[in-house]
Amino acid sequence: MSTLLTLLNSPALKWISALSLAVALLIAPFTVYPLFLMNVFCFVLFASALNLVLGYAGLLSLGHAAFFGGAAYVTAHVAKEWGWPFEIAILAGMAFAALIGLVMGLIGIKRHGIYFAMITLALAQMIYFLAVQMPFTNGEDGIQSIPRGTLLGLIDLSDIRAMYFVVLSLALLGLLLIWRTIHSPFGHILAAIRENEPRAVSLGLDVARYKLMAFVLSATLSGLAGSLKVLSFQLAALSNVSWHLSGEVVLMTLIGGLGTFAGPIIGSTFVVALEHYLATSGLPVSLVVGVIFMACVMLFRRGIWGEAKARLSAMMERQDPDSH
Amino acid sequence: MPDIFGVPMVVLLGQIMLGLINGSFYAVLSLGLAIIFGMLNVINFAHGALYMMGAFVTWILLSTVGINYWTALFVAPMIVGLFGIVIERLALRHLYKVDHLYSLLFTFGMALALEGLFRYIYGSAGKPYPVPEQLAGVFKLGFMILPVYRAWVIVAAVIVCVAVWLVIEKTRLGAWLRAATENPSLVTAFGINVPLMLTLTYGFCVGLAGFAGVLAAPIYQVSPGMGSNLIIVVFAVVVIGGLGSIGGSILTGLSLGVIEGLTKTFYPSASTIVIFVVMAIVLIIRPAGLFGREA
Repeated sequence: MSTLLTLLNSPALKWISALSLAVALLIAPFTVYPLFLMNVFCFVLFASALNLVLGYAGLLSLGHAAFFGGAAYVTAHVAKEWGWPFEIAILAGMAFAALIGLVMGLIGIKRHGIYFAMITLALAQMIYFLAVQMPFTNGEDGIQSIPRGTLLGLIDLSDIRAMYFVVLSLALLGLLLIWRTIHSPFGHILAAIRENEPRAVSLGLDVARYKLMAFVLSATLSGLAGSLKVLSFQLAALSNVSWHLSGEVVLMTLIGGLGTFAGPIIGSTFVVALEHYLATSGLPVSLVVGVIFMACVMLFRRGIWGEAKARLSAMMERQDPDSH
Repeated sequence: MPDIFGVPMVVLLGQIMLGLINGSFYAVLSLGLAIIFGMLNVINFAHGALYMMGAFVTWILLSTVGINYWTALFVAPMIVGLFGIVIERLALRHLYKVDHLYSLLFTFGMALALEGLFRYIYGSAGKPYPVPEQLAGVFKLGFMILPVYRAWVIVAAVIVCVAVWLVIEKTRLGAWLRAATENPSLVTAFGINVPLMLTLTYGFCVGLAGFAGVLAAPIYQVSPGMGSNLIIVVFAVVVIGGLGSIGGSILTGLSLGVIEGLTKTFYPSASTIVIFVVMAIVLIIRPAGLFGREA
């Protein structure tokens, strides 16, 4: 048993697993359906961005689909109707997501807990109704056959494998930014606010401003995820802004483990794979997702990764009680 | 008939009437949400799904067993209420001790599951439900024509809301409820079974949502999505009114319905978002809501 634990903890194992993951990601598009993997990457980024506010700052947002879908529509419009290049289309989507994140945050950030959740939900629903009504979104039809364009004018992204590596790199870049954020002084301040807000206030921290910064950052990265998804699938649709999606991304984060870096990555991969499977099985997706949601809240609130981590460290403590 | 800002009086009154009907549903649902929140500290996201369930039970009772509207008016809320009691016993009560967000997430999952279940069995298309014959026909009021059923919905909703408000504010039972909200352990010490009270409160308020569903069945088409579209608006209503006051939530519900109706007359394309805009403005001016206290 103890050898297993030493093995699990050894740096060699971490390097080996990181290396094999990298190799798997490199050869994956040649064996697995690339579009499925790109979908996974988009949701990994989306759930990790949500985790930044939900897991680290303790703000439950039920309106993140507004950023994801809002950016998706803007990117789609800019790329298709205006014909602007790939990079600008993505930046436009992110800028739009940041803007609505800022407005939503300014309106709601002073309210706590469930009020904040209801406010974000309601404001996101407003974005949904706007998307239904505005002519440029084409309502139920959505924006179809969006051109991907070229990367820096050099690489043609209509090749799905080229697009795969672009989505992979940008999603990794987003994750890296999140990693840096949560391990920065700013990230520690967020955790302090989550754990004890009155104390954070008494330490002289401008709590509302920090929360707002985290919220806008999270919105921007959710926007990146939405833009990448819309260019991968070349389709912008109303489902990207609906409240179901806001709920699903909360589920992805929760099922993986709130406030852990790996949690949303595992959770979103699991949920996307599950939905991919359900889509062909004929079972109703939202029924299954809803039941998993309920089970997750009742039975393992720490999520897959949170639970695994807790068990592992409990095991280590039993092995070696003086280790900390 | 005079015009008001270029809109014929008849049209205006008609829209205000429609607004009052929507407002009645907002009022009944936000009333239930407010009581559940006050007592259980739970934001019941499934409220809309349970309203949908009430409408579906009504429709199923008629189409399979032939049970009519008037019986359904009692039976359907009962069924929905019992379902709520089971849910509270099995699940919600285990979540009172953890962060409130988890009970919100649980009911969120429940809403998804219920909607998915009804969609799976009955499909997405709306099912028409006939207006009961006693309430068919119209009142000719001279200045407008009012379908009897719509008048009935408004009257029934207002009566139910006022009755609930009176029970909570003026009776001994209401006093227990309010006391248990303030200090549950003290009320337990007086020998009152607070956990049972919580279960029954949840069952009753959820039954209220089912009752709203029965009222809605002949007006709106019975469809799996009818609840989630409504509940998000009701959340905005709740944020505007503040969760602190039961009377406040009734008043806010009705008046926002009217505001929505007026917007539909003067600026139709904004009618779906007007409540959210009002919510944003209220939050900027009075963050705790119109009747609320800071949570």
